[in-house]
Amino acid sequence: MAKSLGPVKRKFSPWTDPSAVPFIRFENITKRFGDFTAVDNLTLDIYEREFFSLLGPSGCGKTTLMRMLAGFEEPTEGRILLQGKDISGVPPYRRPTNMMFQSYALFPHMTVEKNIAFGLEQDNLPKGEIAARVEEMLKLVKLEPFARRKPNQLSGGQRQRVALARSLAKRPKVLLLDEPLGALDKKLREETQFELMDIQTNLGLTFLIVTHDQEEAMTVSDRIAVMDKGVIMQVATPAEIYEAPNSRYVADFIGDINILEGTVSTTESALGAPGAVRIDCDGVSVAVEQECQAVKGDRVAFAIRPEKVRISPDQPTDTSFNAVYGEVWDIGYLGDFSVFLVKMADGRIVRAAQANVSRLVDRPITFGDMVWLTWPLDAGLVLTR
Amino acid sequence: MASVSETQAANTPNPARWFVVVVPYLWLLLFFTAPFLIIFKISLSDTAIAMPPYTPVFPGFGAISGYISKLDFENYLFLTEDPLYIKSYLSSLRIAVISTFLLLLIGYPMALAMARAPITLRPTLVMLVILPFWTSFLIRVYAWIGILKPDGLLTLLLQTIGLMGPNEQVLIFRTDIAVFIGIVYSYLPFMVLPLYSALEKMDNTLLEAASDLGCPPWKAFWKITFPLSLPGVIAGSMICFIPITGEFVIPDLLGGADTLMIGKTLWTEFFGNRDWPLASAVAVVLLIMLVVPIMIFQNQQKKVV
Repeated sequence: MAKSLGPVKRKFSPWTDPSAVPFIRFENITKRFGDFTAVDNLTLDIYEREFFSLLGPSGCGKTTLMRMLAGFEEPTEGRILLQGKDISGVPPYRRPTNMMFQSYALFPHMTVEKNIAFGLEQDNLPKGEIAARVEEMLKLVKLEPFARRKPNQLSGGQRQRVALARSLAKRPKVLLLDEPLGALDKKLREETQFELMDIQTNLGLTFLIVTHDQEEAMTVSDRIAVMDKGVIMQVATPAEIYEAPNSRYVADFIGDINILEGTVSTTESALGAPGAVRIDCDGVSVAVEQECQAVKGDRVAFAIRPEKVRISPDQPTDTSFNAVYGEVWDIGYLGDFSVFLVKMADGRIVRAAQANVSRLVDRPITFGDMVWLTWPLDAGLVLTR
Repeated sequence: MASVSETQAANTPNPARWFVVVVPYLWLLLFFTAPFLIIFKISLSDTAIAMPPYTPVFPGFGAISGYISKLDFENYLFLTEDPLYIKSYLSSLRIAVISTFLLLLIGYPMALAMARAPITLRPTLVMLVILPFWTSFLIRVYAWIGILKPDGLLTLLLQTIGLMGPNEQVLIFRTDIAVFIGIVYSYLPFMVLPLYSALEKMDNTLLEAASDLGCPPWKAFWKITFPLSLPGVIAGSMICFIPITGEFVIPDLLGGADTLMIGKTLWTEFFGNRDWPLASAVAVVLLIMLVVPIMIFQNQQKKVV
């Protein structure tokens, strides 16, 4: 999966540096449309050269947030700072941001060349310079043979490239991408994701991408902000979002996860590990090695990713905790992985994923088998929100 | 369109489909081609004191050969000899060109405002544009006489608000100005509706994209909105230009003695001079004159599609 096309990415984490100055700052932004609050008192910092994703279901306010940065909407409250300067009231045509639209919004009466040159012509650049820049952009998106075509003579993938070239032509300080790859098929989308990352690194631009596709966000971003109902649930790197979600919402939104509701029974290091917690999830005893604020008696959720759950027909030596016994209810064969849905006696279902490491298995686990699910102390996590 | 239905008809010999294709052609043949041929035939005949006042159209097969020899183009020649006809044609074209331009100037902002209005309001606005059709065209033009005549409503209004002295009068009735007012008023819906349908279809994100790329709204209008509305501009202009050229009622009711329009000349030839052959020749030339712009229009449409 993680094939790298360009140079190896440097370690990049300005957000961990307290002295770093944010490039874009959303400061207590609220946006209301009539009675509907699209964005609710949101504060967010984005750093220079960052590839930042706004991720959330449709209607969560991510597009509104981006449109406010582009200047198509004005915040009801709060302000947006770009390089420390308040850009409220600056019309879109004077902002140093460019946007790649979800629908591409290519000008149908202009050729590919003219579309790409449009933004440059607005700056009254000399003709030669415009031509050179258009040439460069066409090369970047590999569309040189199509320069004289009209948008309706291009395929979906080619149109998407024209849109990208057009939005990059002006060398914007920030490139905004609104669901940029939504209209492409999976294969082309994955290819383009890596190309986008290369372009971003090579040109040294700041990219802000809006998407509802969590896989896309995970692949391309330095950091992801997971949004819901106008507020940010978590801002973190893809790995942190995946391995350490801060809430049930984020855990559930990103990837596949088992969530068992339960009550904290012990917070002492009864298991010999510091900061371990024991949770009683309606009969399933769970131990997690994690420092958390939960105290005895708190209602919490235990969450564990299916690929961290081991599945076996054999009974483990210690079944007092982190062990579930059940019947294989359903199997999802995904090629690289198989997902087993195991039904406990009380009807709850726990999913376990197993990598299909060998092509042929002698005695594969199959429907109706009674199996044991186990996991180590550090595999799951406790969610208090 | 035609080619699609033809190929489909060829692939599946379905009588129902064939019928659907044939009906419009039959309609055109009966109500356009046949009358045109009759008019064309009359235009080649001579005047006769008879009822109707022209030599018979079809006197039977036996007489045909002798009959055809009597047909000639002398009526067409006459059109070039008397300057009245050429002047009428040119004056008609001039009035049609100026009116179409005025219609565009007034209709475009109207259509644009309608297309940019809130989506819930748009059907109401379209209704308002169509509303005048509820009253007869003739009555609406007559109403303008009441407004424009020297002691009419316009004079009264200007006198009441004090822009005009009690002895002054608006003297535009029976002039070309009154004709322009009448034409622009009557044809405005035909200009607004095609423009509106072209502008309403336009994707608003195109203007956002233009703005995003540094193009201010007034410039974006000329770079994006106007070029994309050209099919509507052409359709509206053709729909107005063609009937205005042949317009008879408006110049007759609002125009003066010196308002020369081919529709009026045609009417005079038919009903005043009872010279049907010459009037037919005038009509045929007018038709040919108008077919040319339609062909240009269709060519344009093909390019757009």
